[in-house]
Parts: sequence; C-alpha cells; structure tokens
Amino acid sequence: MVKQTLQWTDQYVEELIGNLLRVGVTLAAAVVLFGGSIYLVRHGLAAPRYHVFVGEPADLRNVSGIVRDALSLRGRGLIQLGLLLLIATPVARVAFSVAAFAMQRDRLYVVVALVVLAVLMYSLTGGHL
Amino acid sequence: MNIIEFTLLVWVSSLLAGFVGSLTGLGGGIIITPVLTLALGVDIRYAIGATLVSVIATSSGAAAAYVREGFSNIRIGMFLEIATTLGAVTGALFATKISTGTISMIFGLVLLYSAYASSRPRHQRTGDCQPDPLATRLKMNGSYPTPDGPKAYCPQAVPTGFSLMFGAGILSGLLGIGSGAVKVIAMDQAMGIPFKVSTTTSNFMIGVTAAASAGVYLGRGYIDPGLTMPVMLGVVVGSLAGARVLTHAKTRWLRLLFGLAIGITAIEMIYHGLTGRL
Repeated sequence: MVKQTLQWTDQYVEELIGNLLRVGVTLAAAVVLFGGSIYLVRHGLAAPRYHVFVGEPADLRNVSGIVRDALSLRGRGLIQLGLLLLIATPVARVAFSVAAFAMQRDRLYVVVALVVLAVLMYSLTGGHL
Repeated sequence: MNIIEFTLLVWVSSLLAGFVGSLTGLGGGIIITPVLTLALGVDIRYAIGATLVSVIATSSGAAAAYVREGFSNIRIGMFLEIATTLGAVTGALFATKISTGTISMIFGLVLLYSAYASSRPRHQRTGDCQPDPLATRLKMNGSYPTPDGPKAYCPQAVPTGFSLMFGAGILSGLLGIGSGAVKVIAMDQAMGIPFKVSTTTSNFMIGVTAAASAGVYLGRGYIDPGLTMPVMLGVVVGSLAGARVLTHAKTRWLRLLFGLAIGITAIEMIYHGLTGRL
C-alpha cells in the first residue's frame, strides 16, 4: 500500500488531469468540427439570423434530443453533442479529482472535491440555478 | 453576409478571445460578448450562451498545459471552487430579485480601480517566504516554474481569499460574467500568490463555474449550435496558443495585459449598467 501512495504523486495527478482535459477538449472539438462541416455545407449560403432571439428548438435543448439528432448525422445536433462533451469535461475533472485525492489518501481534499462536485451536480440538475 | 462569412468572422474574433483569455485567466467573454452583440447584432441571450461555452473551452484548453507544467495549483483551485460554486448558486437565487444594472455599475467602478492596482508591478518578496499556518494545513504552499528554476510561494490570508471567491461566485451567478477578474485579484492581491499562478489557477477554475450554469442555459435554448461552433473552435486554438506564450512571457507584460483587459471589462459593465445592453 505504501508503494501505491508513492506512485500517486502530485506531479502524476497533474499529468493525469492535464491528459483528461486534453482528451475532453480534443474529442469535443472534433465532434463540433465534424458537425460544423455538415452544417456549413447545408446552410452556409443562407443569411445568419441571430438578431432576434427565438430560442433553440426543443430537441436541441436536452441530452436525449441532442443525441438523437446527432445519431441521424444532423449538423446542428452533432455540434450540440460536441458542446455537451465540452461542458462535461470540467465536471469529469472534478469527479476524477475525488478519486485521485482518495488514491493519495488525502482525506481533506477528498471532502473538498466532493463538496464541489455536489454543488456542481445540484446546479446542473436544479434547472433554475 | 452569408453564414460562411459570418462563421469565419466569429472564428477569427474567438481566436483572439481565447488567446487573451488564457493569458489573463479571464476567459474569452470580454472580447466575444461585445463582438457578437455590438458588432454583429446578435441577441444578448445567444451571446451569453456562446460566451459561457467559450469560457469552458478556454479554461479546459489552456488548463491541460498549465496543470502539466506546474503553473496551476490544483489544491488552491479545488479549495476555492467551494466558495465560487456556492457563491454562483447563491447569486443565481437572487438574480431575478435584484436590479443587475446597479450591480454592474458598482462592479465596473471597482474593476476600474483594480485595473490600475493590478497593472502596477509588484514588489516580489525575495528569499524564503513565511508559510501561513492555515495555508499550510490546507497544503496550498507550492512552487512554479520560472526562468531561474522552480520558485516557492506561500499563500497568505486564506479566509480573505475565500470570502472574495464567494463574492466572485455571487457576481457570476448574478451577472453571468466577470468572475475571472475577481478570482485573479483575490489570489494575486489578497493571498499574495505569484501572478502566473493566480491567472492560471483562475483559468483552471472558471471552467467549473461556467459548466455549472451552462446546463441551465442549454435548457433555456440560449446555446445555438451554428453560432457557438466557430466560437468554440476559435477559442480552443487561441487558448492553446496563449498557453504556449505564457511560459516565457514576462510577468510585467502579463500584468499590463490583465489591467487593460479588466479595464475594458469595467467599461463594458458600466455601459451595461447604464443601457441594459451587452
């Protein structure tokens, strides 16, 4: 067990967190780029209409609708899926930190990371927060 | 102007936003919001959605490098995130009950002063620093890379920093933007953390704050894929470029850039307070 604690040095954890963020952002950007190409090919010559707010259609506002649109290879659905991956990246970073601090047997920071994760989940699911 | 031209224009502005955002720890909002609303006539709600995404992209893109190189302090970041996330939740609760115009004005004036205070070069304490007992208990002492090798630092005044972070969280919950500025100021001015550590740790933290509200704005239909796509792709590239520059950049120049950036933010906030736009 002593060996295990030694392996999870701060430097090693920093490396892992750095990699996690990099993978998250790269994956998100690739999906957005793919969806964006489809979107531009289909709608690129139309005029942008963002000066009046109409809000997104219902299927682009929630996870299940976005996944459905993305699976049928709709450009806007794919972009939205990539953005969901991007939003999930910092959340995954906090969740991973809980595990990493646990491996380091750093009880204080396991609690710290858990509190942050709890508040984050509360506001992500709370709807009006 | 068709969508392809519009997309290119937004992409180029976002490159710059990601670059400045990752160097200052502010995120990309100070450039993206006015470009979208004032220059391109985009409705403020779409702009808010795109800005939130840009903050997450800047944060995660640059943080990957900053964390690995040892600039961002993960423990300081995690500990202070308790204050910012709780503050953001509190701020969002009151957002509908308080006139944000007045708050914007006051915040803008405070930032104007901070722009002046934080752009001045600070006297760097030489020799070994005196560890603060509370900061030591919280394992916040660390070191960061400099041209002359790793340099140790000892954060001070943890309760003050924590309270300021709570305030930063409340502001971001109320106004949607501006929390990066208070985060950097709290760490740099109140806690005495080296400037590069302050900005990169702020950069590390702002993604979490923004992710917390992104879910809400997605549900409200503020995040438009066509508009946010070039913002996200531009900001990611810009933030990676910024992360490369920061390592070798002189702190003096970074302070000036930061002061300039929050000076612009201050003017934007006062403008918002006066007109209700932006």
